[in-house]
Amino acid sequence: MKVTYNEKDKLLTLQITEEIDHHYAEKIRTRADFEIQKYIPKKLVWDFANVSFMDSAGIGMILGRYKMITMFGGTMNMINVAPNVKKVFEMAGILKIIPIIEEIGGTEIGKCV
Amino acid sequence: MENVYENKMSLEFLSKSSNEAFARITVASFASQLDPSIEEISDIKTAVSEAVTNSIIHGYEDKIGIIKIECTLFANSIEIQITDKGKGIENIEKAKEPLYTSKPELERSGMGFTIMENFMDELKIESVVGVGTKVTMKKVIKDLKDSSE
Ligand SMILES: Nc1ncnc2c1ncn2[C@@H]1O[C@H](COP(=O)(O)OP(=O)(O)OP(=O)(O)O)[C@@H](O)[C@H]1O
Ligand SMILES: [Mg+2]
Repeated sequence: MKVTYNEKDKLLTLQITEEIDHHYAEKIRTRADFEIQKYIPKKLVWDFANVSFMDSAGIGMILGRYKMITMFGGTMNMINVAPNVKKVFEMAGILKIIPIIEEIGGTEIGKCV
Repeated sequence: MENVYENKMSLEFLSKSSNEAFARITVASFASQLDPSIEEISDIKTAVSEAVTNSIIHGYEDKIGIIKIECTLFANSIEIQITDKGKGIENIEKAKEPLYTSKPELERSGMGFTIMENFMDELKIESVVGVGTKVTMKKVIKDLKDSSE
């Protein structure tokens, strides 16, 4: 996972670099929880540009982090979601609560950490 | 169901999560003989991943057992059968309900069977408590050359 944090906007970007199934979800979850607790971001954006596969393990993983981020009063979005991954999210009605955005916003993403 | 098949393969592996990618990629590559679209291939991969993961986390839980996959290719469809000798499902109707999961503590969402049902054309679940579970799925591969007729 590639992690970027923009201090000014309290924006944490988590770029997932593996397929999301039961096997890899565990690893992604542990790292994401660590980064979220470290930064307590106002905004979390998941970048799916490198995710070519996701099954229902991704739904549970993303929803679990959503609960955490809203507990801290932050928001969550996703970007660069491939059609087959989007189809899985749609099935679960996730996109209504965690919308897909076209771009991260009028702000720079911030430096790699 | 047609009884003239074109090709068959079967696969057996241990219920380790590291085999999830292996299983779905192997089935997808066998299915590619039917010349499916990119969407059809990813539907198959996702459905196989759901069934195999279920055998690992629900069927065998923390134990290691054998998962068997049998695939049959027909002229324009693939049938995939995924079998475990795990703990079985008590109430299949309930298990199929969207959002029902017996393992919410593992952050499961209860969408596996819903995905299999929607991504594939047919889904059949057979299970006996204490004996095991067999999931049979079928996907029709549309022939794009015929669609203009
Ligand atoms: N092979 C199996 N052996 C025993 N029980 C199973 C098996 N497959 C499914 N089940 C039962 O059926 C329920 C529903 O399965 P389903 O795949 O829809 O959801 P899930 O696995 O709990 O969550 P998700 O797939 O969204 O991560 C499971 O919670 C489990 O109780
Ligand atoms: Mg499941």
